[in-house]
Amino acid sequence: MLANLHPYLIAGLGGILIGLASWLLWWGLGRIAGVSSITSEVIASPVQTDSWRWAFLAGLILGGCLLGQGLEIPTLPARPLYLLIPAGLLVGFGTVWGNGCTSGHGVCGLGRLSARSLVAVGVFMATGMLVVTLMRGAA
Amino acid sequence: MSAAPHPASQLGLAFSAGLLFSAGLVLSGMTQPLKVLGFLDITAIGKGPFPGLWDPTLAFVMGGAVCVTLLAFAWTRRISKTPLFDDQFHEPARSHIDLPLIGGAVLFGAGWGLVGYCPGPALASALLSTDALIFTAAMLAGMLICKTFLSKTAKIAD
Repeated sequence: MLANLHPYLIAGLGGILIGLASWLLWWGLGRIAGVSSITSEVIASPVQTDSWRWAFLAGLILGGCLLGQGLEIPTLPARPLYLLIPAGLLVGFGTVWGNGCTSGHGVCGLGRLSARSLVAVGVFMATGMLVVTLMRGAA
Repeated sequence: MSAAPHPASQLGLAFSAGLLFSAGLVLSGMTQPLKVLGFLDITAIGKGPFPGLWDPTLAFVMGGAVCVTLLAFAWTRRISKTPLFDDQFHEPARSHIDLPLIGGAVLFGAGWGLVGYCPGPALASALLSTDALIFTAAMLAGMLICKTFLSKTAKIAD
């Protein structure tokens, strides 16, 4: 059934699910569904942290695994470590320093009409686009 | 750390939210780094008739998600003083646009543009792809390094 829908429509539906999940966490627990904040809290203090954070991450990781497999989403062969490791370090460091990523600043922050989040989204989108353009030029 | 008023409901709800979140990520294509890079490759818009070689798919993901949160956050504030399973809404405290916000967003954007993973999709595909797993391990290290760095600078400021 899904295969018959236009890809943009499927993407929009996926986005709606992400929005609903964020709202569920806000209405249910009064918490922002910011993946980087939740993850960094959990790894920095795995025992003391409130256990809902572990539950959210378990759902995210398990759901991603089962659904990715069920829908046969293509995966990439591992790219070189000299790309993956610096990129991971930058994303990890940057999201903690800037207090959020695509979910916390993007989906939740924009929905809450936060000026801080709007600035963050503009900056990380622009930087991402700049880096992709530079990489394409170098390749 | 606060004592949760409804521990089991809290866990069940957070787990369900995580599941739903991952379903949205997988369905929308966010767990496929090449699609993300195709979206960030904005200059490809000039290659051929609109949208050229640019892949606008992810704009629909963010659009769909923000439409929901815009309505939902406004509506939730109106109908309830407290969340279902806690005694207060945990509003983010910060409101200033400062160096950490901008610097952090620049570093994050750079890493995102290098390989096409942001934190959610990386975690959601970490068990399926070595590529995502290696990235995720480095990301967790980066988070810990920043937390350590922040707690050191906070001590110096004291």
